[in-house]
Amino acid sequence: MPKTTTIGDQIRPLSRLRSRHLLSVTDLTPEEVVLILDTAEAMREVGTRPIKKVPTLRGKTVVNLFCEPSTRTRTSFEIAEKRLSADTLSITTSTSSVVKGETLADTARNIEAMAPELIVVRHPASGACQLLANICNSRIINAGDGMHEHPTQALLDVLTIREHKTKFTGLKVSIIGDLLHSRVLRSNVLLLKMLGADVWVCGPRTMMPAGIDQFGVSATSSLDAAVEGADVVMMLRIQLERMRGYFFPSLREYFNIFGMSSDRLRRAKPDVIIMHPGPLNRGVEIASDVADGPYSVILEQVSNGVAVRMAILYLLAGSEEEDL
Amino acid sequence: MTATKSVGRQQPIILKGGHVVDPTQGVNELCDLRIANGVVEQVGPDLGVDGAAVIEVPADLIVCPGFIDMHVHLREPGQEYKERIATGVEAAVAGGFVGVACMPNTNPVNDHRAVTEFILRKAEEANLAHVYPIGAVTLGSKGEQLAEIGELHDAGCVAISDDGYPVADALLMRRALEYASMFEMPVIDHCEDPSLKGEGSAHEGYYSSVLGLRGIPGEAEEVMVERDVTLSGLTDGSVHIAHMSTRGSLRAVRSGKDRGINVTCEVAPHHFTLTDEELSYDTNYKMNPPLRESGDREAMIQGLVDGTIDVIATDHAPHHADDKTVEFEKAPFGIIGLETAVPLVMDRLLHKGLISIGRLVELLATNPARILGLPGGRLAPGSPADITVLAPDVTTEISASKFKSLARNTPFDGWQLRGSVAAVLIGGRIVYTNEDIEAVGVFQQFSPSVSS
Amino acid sequence: MELCMPIVMESVRITRALMRISHEIVERNRGIEELALVGIRTRGVPIAQRIANNIFEIVNHKIPSGVLDITLYRDDLMRHTVGPQPVLRRTEIPFSIDDRRILLVDDVLYTGRTIRAALDALVDFGRPRAIQLVVLVDRGHRELPIKADYVGKNLPTSIRQSVQVRLTEVDGSDEVSVEEVS
Repeated sequence: MPKTTTIGDQIRPLSRLRSRHLLSVTDLTPEEVVLILDTAEAMREVGTRPIKKVPTLRGKTVVNLFCEPSTRTRTSFEIAEKRLSADTLSITTSTSSVVKGETLADTARNIEAMAPELIVVRHPASGACQLLANICNSRIINAGDGMHEHPTQALLDVLTIREHKTKFTGLKVSIIGDLLHSRVLRSNVLLLKMLGADVWVCGPRTMMPAGIDQFGVSATSSLDAAVEGADVVMMLRIQLERMRGYFFPSLREYFNIFGMSSDRLRRAKPDVIIMHPGPLNRGVEIASDVADGPYSVILEQVSNGVAVRMAILYLLAGSEEEDL
Repeated sequence: MTATKSVGRQQPIILKGGHVVDPTQGVNELCDLRIANGVVEQVGPDLGVDGAAVIEVPADLIVCPGFIDMHVHLREPGQEYKERIATGVEAAVAGGFVGVACMPNTNPVNDHRAVTEFILRKAEEANLAHVYPIGAVTLGSKGEQLAEIGELHDAGCVAISDDGYPVADALLMRRALEYASMFEMPVIDHCEDPSLKGEGSAHEGYYSSVLGLRGIPGEAEEVMVERDVTLSGLTDGSVHIAHMSTRGSLRAVRSGKDRGINVTCEVAPHHFTLTDEELSYDTNYKMNPPLRESGDREAMIQGLVDGTIDVIATDHAPHHADDKTVEFEKAPFGIIGLETAVPLVMDRLLHKGLISIGRLVELLATNPARILGLPGGRLAPGSPADITVLAPDVTTEISASKFKSLARNTPFDGWQLRGSVAAVLIGGRIVYTNEDIEAVGVFQQFSPSVSS
Repeated sequence: MELCMPIVMESVRITRALMRISHEIVERNRGIEELALVGIRTRGVPIAQRIANNIFEIVNHKIPSGVLDITLYRDDLMRHTVGPQPVLRRTEIPFSIDDRRILLVDDVLYTGRTIRAALDALVDFGRPRAIQLVVLVDRGHRELPIKADYVGKNLPTSIRQSVQVRLTEVDGSDEVSVEEVS
């Protein structure tokens, strides 16, 4: 129930995020999702100004802890933080098993000693953000942990969909690719289901997560069935090293059966939109003419990313402090 | 009263009036137990007291043959920061065990007699629970070349195992079964197909998918249990399936037993109490085999009830907090179990009416002793006076910070369980009394202060 | 005290005040083409729109109009929050403010902090030639050195009182009332 309060004589409806962190899409209620999307729309406008900065997070420190290479997400967060005038600090580490450096727990304790308000974390191990949340007092934003979740990606995906479609209920969204290893898949399935979409997932049987039927989605290995009448088609990246686990025989075969070409796209609705979290493997999961074609909203996803991340930083940094 | 009287060697003891249970003797009633010179002299009603020290055991306490945990990791030599033999045996008696069989995956691996003798010497210095070393099947447990099994047996090993790893090569397993049978030792196998296990860290199912953890399918275990049952049949050796966890494995063991094959198996308490539904990124829930689905848990309970499962063994695996406070996929597998097993068995099996007290004794004492060829597990005259006394109606609150073990890696911290260990005697000597139980006062006048 | 809220301006008076202000604006600003209106969310927006319409009636010239959300510039954001974050809405200023005379419009002028935030925001959009402040009600109790150039009504109040502005576009009716806040 939104409370109202008087600031000066202006009465505004108020709301906040209940959860201390954003580790998973399940930390949000549907109302909070809408709040984030609405806030992101407002934040988007800041990027159109001559001076792309607002003083909102002035004096707040945000640490970006990226233990996995990622230019795109890290830059997106850094831009978002700087637009809000926060002081940002990026720590990138490589987790080579050969070089045994500091444990994640010790890295967390060291960062905690600097008392940043927010820590944005990307890590190759599922649950790494939870470990940080257990140790640090700062608010933790999950920028991708292992195969678990990538909540800000799902939120920017949903913002992009909202711009093109009138409602989520009954919207057929098909997510295609390496389902087993994809954190983008997990976050998107959870979020789209929360908003009432009709979610389909498609990939080789070797890459179907166990218990997929319990996620409330339609699972298929038929690309045509997934694309048939789809409103949104989301392609996932295929990583080359998956061939080593005997997941599929070759990239060529993968593209023939599961790759999105304009031909296979024909079964979708005429106003379908094509999405991809990036980076693209052209000719592997998606053909260039589809990626660059009229149905593609891939670049919009990127610009929405900054707005969504600004919204989350703003909403988390200002969230009510618990009385200790 | 702190003065301890020395008993055992000099003066006989009579445990008078407790509820004595020994399925091998058909005893399950209130009666007396007479101990002298470290062995059981007699069990029966109204035994003569002449010259013996009398302990009036309250009728609600249960007196059983001492429990033996046949799957324990004591970590010494090599990883003393996790556990030492001295702390391990202290944890054992506090948990109600008079003996533990320790796995060879120490550093160095117990694949030659010097390590076996070291372990036995350390156990003797600690002078608490019996320690029965299990020797390695292969050198370094690398799965390549047989260890000198005859010498290990001679040095005091009671079984062989490469636990931590399966004996992956079928021919090697065959030979190990044939060879070990000459010494009447079982081969204890950690059943898991390494390629199916891959880099998994949790049971492959809905919950591992939700958490984004690589899964280990139940079939990775089942496939190897089937193989081992078949090979045991081929060789007339005896295979013992370590830490069984799936319904498929149970089915394979049952089928083997039906065909008359020499196969025995054990289950750990976490596999009949927890499931993968409990999973989070808390590494106190990470062990191998992992927590399985509820159908598998039900199957384990069924196997305990119908006799297919022979033994409850803890797979006590101590790890230091630093090693466990890491990303889930990086954490070592394993939880401790010595100080939680018996209350769990009493609360979840005995008090739920699933097993009788006689069956409980079979699972924790009689069968482990029989499988490993040990002298205990029964209260027949001449058996060692190794006794576990239970207080079945006293609640245990699991408090990891108070454990005698050096380690704290348990998912059961804070659990309230109906059933407690009251006292433990080894060779007629009282080595543990539970100070939280008033009734145990009758034992305390004889006890060296080893209690909690 | 009284339970009902005394109405200090009813609909007709509001309309007249805004028309008077619109005339004052035209009178004091020689170059109408340089003018632009920026309404502060929420109720500054419909007021700005009405002024734009009035000016169009007076001189037959349409002055551009924009909407400013000052949430991100407030000085009490992030500071120990008594309550949760206010909801952020879009700012839309679809014209360049460089070299223009900006008429900043709000419903009530009180401590002046909202206007300070608005000035900070405008400065990020460009460099206007001048900024003038238009308010429907000035209730006193300034905490910063801010003064309105055009005022609909001066309304001396005590700090224990709250001024409520209702506008048809937002609230369904036009009125300004004062109530005791305990």
